[in-house]
Amino acid sequence: MPHPWIPNSSESVRRKMLEKIGVNDVSELFRDIPIEVRIDRRDWDNLDIGLRKPISEIVAWRIINEKLSRNRVYQPLIFLGGGVYPHATPSVVKYIVTRGEFLTAYTPYQAEISQGLMQALFEYQSLIAELLDMDVVNASMYDWGSALAEAFLMSLRVKKGRRKIVLPKTINPFHREVVETYVKPHSIEITTVNYDPETGLIDIEDLKKKVDRETAAVYVQNPNFFGLIEENAKEIGDIAHDSGALFIVGSDLSSLGLLAPPGELGADIAVGEGQHLGLDLSYGGPYLGVFATKFDMELVKQMPGRLIGLTTDNEGNRAFAMILQAREQHIKREKATSNICTNEALSAIAVAIYLSLLGKRGIIELSRNIYYRSHYAYKLFKENGFNVDLFKSDFFKEFPVNFDNVGIKYIDIHEKLLEMGIHGGLYIKPWFVELGETALFAFTEIHSADDIEKLVFSIKEIVEKRV
Amino acid sequence: MFRQAKWDEPLVFEMGCEGRVGYLLPEIEDRILEKVGDIKLPEKILRKKEPNLPSLSEVEVIRHYTRLTQMSYGVDCGPVPLGSCTMKYNPRFILDVVQDRRITNLHPLQDESTVQGLLEIMYMLQKWLAYVTGMDYCSLHPAAGAHGELAGALIMRKYHELKNQLDVKKEIILPDSAHGTNPASAAMAGFRVVEVPSGEDGCVDLDALKSVVSESTAGFMITNPNTLGIFEKNIREIANILHSVDALLYYDGANLNGIMGYSRPGDMGFDIAHINIHKTFGSPHGGGGPGAGPVCVKDRIIDREKGISLKDLLPGLIVEYENGKYRLVKPKHSIGMLRSFFANTIPLVWGFTYMLMLGSIGLREVAEHAVLNTNYFLESIRSVRGYTLEYGENLPRKHEVTISARVLNDETGVTAEDLAKGLLDRGLHAPTIYFPLIVKESLMIEFTESETIENIDKYIDALREMSEVAYRNPMELKKYPQNTSVKRVDNVKANHPKTLAPTWRIYVKRKEGVNV
Repeated sequence: MPHPWIPNSSESVRRKMLEKIGVNDVSELFRDIPIEVRIDRRDWDNLDIGLRKPISEIVAWRIINEKLSRNRVYQPLIFLGGGVYPHATPSVVKYIVTRGEFLTAYTPYQAEISQGLMQALFEYQSLIAELLDMDVVNASMYDWGSALAEAFLMSLRVKKGRRKIVLPKTINPFHREVVETYVKPHSIEITTVNYDPETGLIDIEDLKKKVDRETAAVYVQNPNFFGLIEENAKEIGDIAHDSGALFIVGSDLSSLGLLAPPGELGADIAVGEGQHLGLDLSYGGPYLGVFATKFDMELVKQMPGRLIGLTTDNEGNRAFAMILQAREQHIKREKATSNICTNEALSAIAVAIYLSLLGKRGIIELSRNIYYRSHYAYKLFKENGFNVDLFKSDFFKEFPVNFDNVGIKYIDIHEKLLEMGIHGGLYIKPWFVELGETALFAFTEIHSADDIEKLVFSIKEIVEKRV
Repeated sequence: MFRQAKWDEPLVFEMGCEGRVGYLLPEIEDRILEKVGDIKLPEKILRKKEPNLPSLSEVEVIRHYTRLTQMSYGVDCGPVPLGSCTMKYNPRFILDVVQDRRITNLHPLQDESTVQGLLEIMYMLQKWLAYVTGMDYCSLHPAAGAHGELAGALIMRKYHELKNQLDVKKEIILPDSAHGTNPASAAMAGFRVVEVPSGEDGCVDLDALKSVVSESTAGFMITNPNTLGIFEKNIREIANILHSVDALLYYDGANLNGIMGYSRPGDMGFDIAHINIHKTFGSPHGGGGPGAGPVCVKDRIIDREKGISLKDLLPGLIVEYENGKYRLVKPKHSIGMLRSFFANTIPLVWGFTYMLMLGSIGLREVAEHAVLNTNYFLESIRSVRGYTLEYGENLPRKHEVTISARVLNDETGVTAEDLAKGLLDRGLHAPTIYFPLIVKESLMIEFTESETIENIDKYIDALREMSEVAYRNPMELKKYPQNTSVKRVDNVKANHPKTLAPTWRIYVKRKEGVNV
């Protein structure tokens, strides 16, 4: 049977092609594969893949729809964060990134036929540079965790000879795991800085003790994993620089309409998660690792990933090109700054469109929206007798709620919430046992006052019924 | 005749006007404003300077990016026969599937009980990928091919660590025709890289291999078929040589599209393999990602007493099925997380649907037609003046074929790059050029099963016509391309320290004469 995705599968065309090649059957083109590594045709055809034979869209949809019906969507009543958050995607973004010219393009190695794609990526780099107040942004890493891991590897190349990296206890634990995986082969010492139990922020005295002439880089995540704003970030950067170390800042990108960007904090390298700018959650990806540096060639030369630059064609017209490719794996092989090849280009374009739509006003409004909605939730929790004051620092988007003294374990509250059609926050005891029955609740622009009230009052109801 | 759009499209920074908005955020409810009051944050952590973002209306944004798409080129526009990239058609039905909010609205930390349908899809995909590769277990975690390679190299590292031999196992060997990601991934995993030259048939030279394999060999990374499109017929012997020094064999799955239904890495003796979902299994490349690079292993025993085998080293989270429920499990000796969360789910669902709709028989037919297209092209190009096959003259090719324009270059001065630009002018995307490095003036061509015979003929005609022009008037080819959005791009200027402009703000500073 001819197949719609295989145009030459009609009998007459196939025959014509085989004749040209001079064989009778297509299997003869595989004659050079030694028999001992072959799989018998019947054995292959009997492999339990799909329904073995090709099927129609109609039949496929029936199968897939049944499976998807067993997923449960809670949006907007989902208050789960931990690094990625439910945000809204403008329809314009979805429309543009599903146009075939972008969607089905390859990496723009052929510059002249890929100018639109490269301009979009250059705009992504440039828009993010403005948002972060940094100078150079690459065309994307996989996600925040891997971007941070590569930032540390880069700092070890820039600060040759130094073998220590310093990061806070309050870094997102999912990012920490990725960093550990990436640096493990390179015999690096990972030093963790404690948090001040009162403020929940980096303990500056502990930091001063741990940063020294061996330190290649110091990392600050703002807001930290608890959602708390690291108000001393600039001072931490100064401590890093005084020891000759690089200063890496990770930001929640949706906070930067309000909070100081990495550039203003003195960052040498900035990382972040593009998902915060209107990308779908999609159960883990694709997301977008944001990676930026200052315009210092010592840094730029050591950057991982692809870069698009603005130049001209040979008649002087504006044009775009992939630049500084001599850092990359296809040229430098084992001496490359990273092995990254396929990245998250389409997510980067989505974020470029998102930032173009929001503009200066929109990004400030986004931060305000999130600030107000999360603080409304905080006040509501507090008014209803919940312990939301584990730390005295202010927060953005996400904050911890403690359930030690409510007479019911958080996991049971969580189960009840699910039954009521609400997905609660992230239980953080696995990483912060000292905080007891604590969960982080996250609020974004998608949560209305009604949604937030529904969450808090439902939890209250669950707790009251049990006590 | 091909004419690409040539808009004089400004950058978003040069458009719009102050005060315009392109997207409305919800108005903050009065009761929220009343309860929260003014924003009170410490002065020192507030943003000082407003971000210099443009102010555009929604209409301007959609027109701008629509024009940019018109100056781009993908498989939907015409053939993209980039060798080793497997640019096949990305079925539109699957785009509908992956945009379903029952996938896109799922948080990766959501309770497992609420995502059973998706986990079933992922569980089946793990199994199907194991069948296709002849491996035993798969992790869907890596986000791209190179990410899968890094996972593979780290698995090798952990394997030797668990066997207490990491202090001697320092080297990874790979052929000189390997993709650049292979040596880069090996280096990121802390290994030294040793290259082994190809023999006259384009395959690994067994004697050369034997001379570099030693007790310090940790592993070997290779594609099969190789980047010349030739099947490494000695693969079993290669595996034996490596296994005899307790080194592991790694399969780079970039070239899997040409052997499905005929041979599987697991049957060739490989211990670890990655798969590019965005190559073989139909998810779109998106101009450079997202992709997905699952990594699979044979269940090779590492420590019999402790019951450790290779599957226990897999990265990320594996879907398991128990008592009627799917759950995510971290393997007990996992190399760790390579990204923050589960996986690039969207490309994976794309791959699942692609495999579901083709089945085992359809996948075999995919490989057969990809190989048919390659060899049809090869047969026709043989007789064209100026192009040669540098290796394995009489061997059939698989997913791709690498031809050389060395003779054309010697006799006319025309380069592979000139030919590439000439193809662009004819509305045909160029092949991969100057790779593999062992072929001079190389053109690496992979039509995949998606290309029509008409377009393959057109491609051959274009290469023939350009050869004729080259012998008549080689300077003519140096003018290419003329029909694309811009003329040949000035790469020297793009990379020169004095003119390098990686972002708009640097470009503006340079224009204003500010020292950057």
